[in-house]
Amino acid sequence: MNISPGFFYVFAGTSILFSLLVILNRSAIASAFSLLVVFFSFAGIYALLDAHLVAALQVLIYAGAILVLFIFVIMLLNVEQASFDYKRGRILTGVFAAFGAFGMVFLLGRVFRSGSAPLQPGPFSPENIQAAGGNTRVLSELLFSEYVLPFELTSVLLLAAIIGSVVLAKRGVIEKKSKEAK
Amino acid sequence: MSQVEPWVVLSFCSIIFFIGFTGLLIRRNILVVLMCIELMLNAVNLTFVTYAKLLQNLGGQVAVFFIITVAAAETAVGLGLVVAMFRTLRSVDTDQIQLLRE
Repeated sequence: MNISPGFFYVFAGTSILFSLLVILNRSAIASAFSLLVVFFSFAGIYALLDAHLVAALQVLIYAGAILVLFIFVIMLLNVEQASFDYKRGRILTGVFAAFGAFGMVFLLGRVFRSGSAPLQPGPFSPENIQAAGGNTRVLSELLFSEYVLPFELTSVLLLAAIIGSVVLAKRGVIEKKSKEAK
Repeated sequence: MSQVEPWVVLSFCSIIFFIGFTGLLIRRNILVVLMCIELMLNAVNLTFVTYAKLLQNLGGQVAVFFIITVAAAETAVGLGLVVAMFRTLRSVDTDQIQLLRE
């Protein structure tokens, strides 16, 4: 693939390093900020792969919305940092998980490397996308024509999520009020 | 080395995915567990985008759009659950969730 190797290896190295920091850090807030770096490196890789709209969405939604939510909740709960003391079984689990993960990565790498199935390139070559008005325009047209039903269903999902999280977050308050009313 | 081979990018995705998976197994803080799920979702997104580029088919990027939406909804509900759990248990430790056992 004709993407710049220098940029790719910098972004890939950064995100591997910081995702290790996410799972190994003692405090949740440090994990959250490591996750922020991972999200930004991923946005860089998306931009390298010509997915400009996805790169922008990554920064706006993941780094801008989801992570802020995480940091809000961490600061709201204000948990002390002692929640990462290993139990005895945990280290064994960790070792097994690391071995399993390494094995799976090795296996998948072999599969990806040997991938001999002939790839049928679709209609969206870079030249075609450029001629049709760029990545964002082509993606939006796809979204509102071929994928319009899932797109509309997304709104139902978001509505359900909003109602669900409001009910979850306000449950204690509602119960207290109904007790006071009685 | 002027090119990045596709299998390098795909292996990188699987590395990030399994880092997230390992974190899911070894961490007890439920906030970090949710972050690991985000990490895994991001790795899958990158796989989709890589194949979208490789196969010259934008369906992969549309899929990423939907995955991002689902991830945002999942985080909102998940963090609501974390707050509710903290209210009842006074802790964000997954090992403390044992109300059925008591």
